Amino acid sequence: MAENTFSLRVVTPERIFYEGEVEMVEFNTTEGEIGVYKNHVPMTVIVSPGVLTITEPEGQKKAALHAGFVEILRDEVTVLAELVEWPDEIDLPRAESAGQRARERIAARGDDVDLDRAEMALKRAIARISTLK
Amino acid sequence: MASMRDIKRRKSSVESTQQITKAMKLVSTVKLQRAKGRAEKSKSYFNAVYDTVTSILARSRSIEHPYLQSSGKGKKLVILITSNKGLAGGYNSNVIKLISRNPEFTPDNTCIYAIGKKGKDGMLRDGFSIFKDYSEAIEEPAYQDGMMITKELLTAYEQGEICEIWLAYTFFKNTVSHVPTLLKLLPVEMTDRESEEGEVEAKEEKTEAPMNFEPEDEEALDLIIPKYISSLIYGALISAQAAENGARMQAMDNATNNASEMIDHLSLLYNRARQGKITTELTEIIAGADAIS
Repeated sequence: MAENTFSLRVVTPERIFYEGEVEMVEFNTTEGEIGVYKNHVPMTVIVSPGVLTITEPEGQKKAALHAGFVEILRDEVTVLAELVEWPDEIDLPRAESAGQRARERIAARGDDVDLDRAEMALKRAIARISTLK
Repeated sequence: MASMRDIKRRKSSVESTQQITKAMKLVSTVKLQRAKGRAEKSKSYFNAVYDTVTSILARSRSIEHPYLQSSGKGKKLVILITSNKGLAGGYNSNVIKLISRNPEFTPDNTCIYAIGKKGKDGMLRDGFSIFKDYSEAIEEPAYQDGMMITKELLTAYEQGEICEIWLAYTFFKNTVSHVPTLLKLLPVEMTDRESEEGEVEAKEEKTEAPMNFEPEDEEALDLIIPKYISSLIYGALISAQAAENGARMQAMDNATNNASEMIDHLSLLYNRARQGKITTELTEIIAGADAIS
């Protein structure tokens, strides 16, 4: 085992999504995108929809991470994901049409609640699409 | 003594009932395995969520937050998780008793969020009002259900319609032991719940540096507590589903055994009746022959 790896666990209520030794993990939080190496300061952050990039010693893996929170310890990171998908679980045409619809709704400007929901939908669609690219 | 035909009819009826109970037992065994597997898989998620929330709350006892202090307005709400179908022994009535026999909950100050028809009917009989009925959730529990219920309840809580949220369900300890459990969800009170496996303390020792939060504690609470509650509700749904099938499996096993006993008894009666009939016939023939000769 290399010196600079730490253990990463991605768990959802339904399954253990990923478990392994990684060099770096990147994801989007409510405060902006962050990348975590080993020996990060202990921290809990809230996930914003985005791409989850896992850098293993052998290569990179991507997934779309939509909601949840992350507990970062020095040598252990736990992603508590409410919703997370591997690229092959994503339906691209559906994500594209959902993104299109969300854009239209934002352009039409309904009341505030609708706008929030449309923005979330758009973020999710963008996360799905950019995971596949 | 009942006639031979009556006994025979009775026996065949018990036999077909036994076939049904046997089949039901097999079905619930399979369902139990599946529910157990699911509960197993989701366990690490719940433990992690629970640990995180505990560590936040341990550091933020002084925080004034609507989720931590009750507004005191409105009714208490109990999420009651039971089954849609009966024939599961005392499974449903044990959960219902948690509420109806508890002096803290009266029909005047409590309403019920029913998941499971049996619980809904039982509470209606006792005069409780139903906040909402979402019985379909127990058939195929999904995490989305937990999220939906949480959203609905938190809105009602914030608007002052309800002041406390409780959760009543059956905790699936293992295949033979199911514990009816009553749990307070909101306002969050960590002291009320002792950790189930003492994992929390172990975790605390492992974290040598204090945990930071981004965004700040209060904001983090806003976002994490709904997730905490939905995961508890989902966990309760899964646990209840496993317990339901476990209870039904046991009830049906008992029923099958009772049926076997009954069949044995009836076979004995039947044979005795047959013997009696043969004896009577023989006596009649002999008597007849005697009369002729």
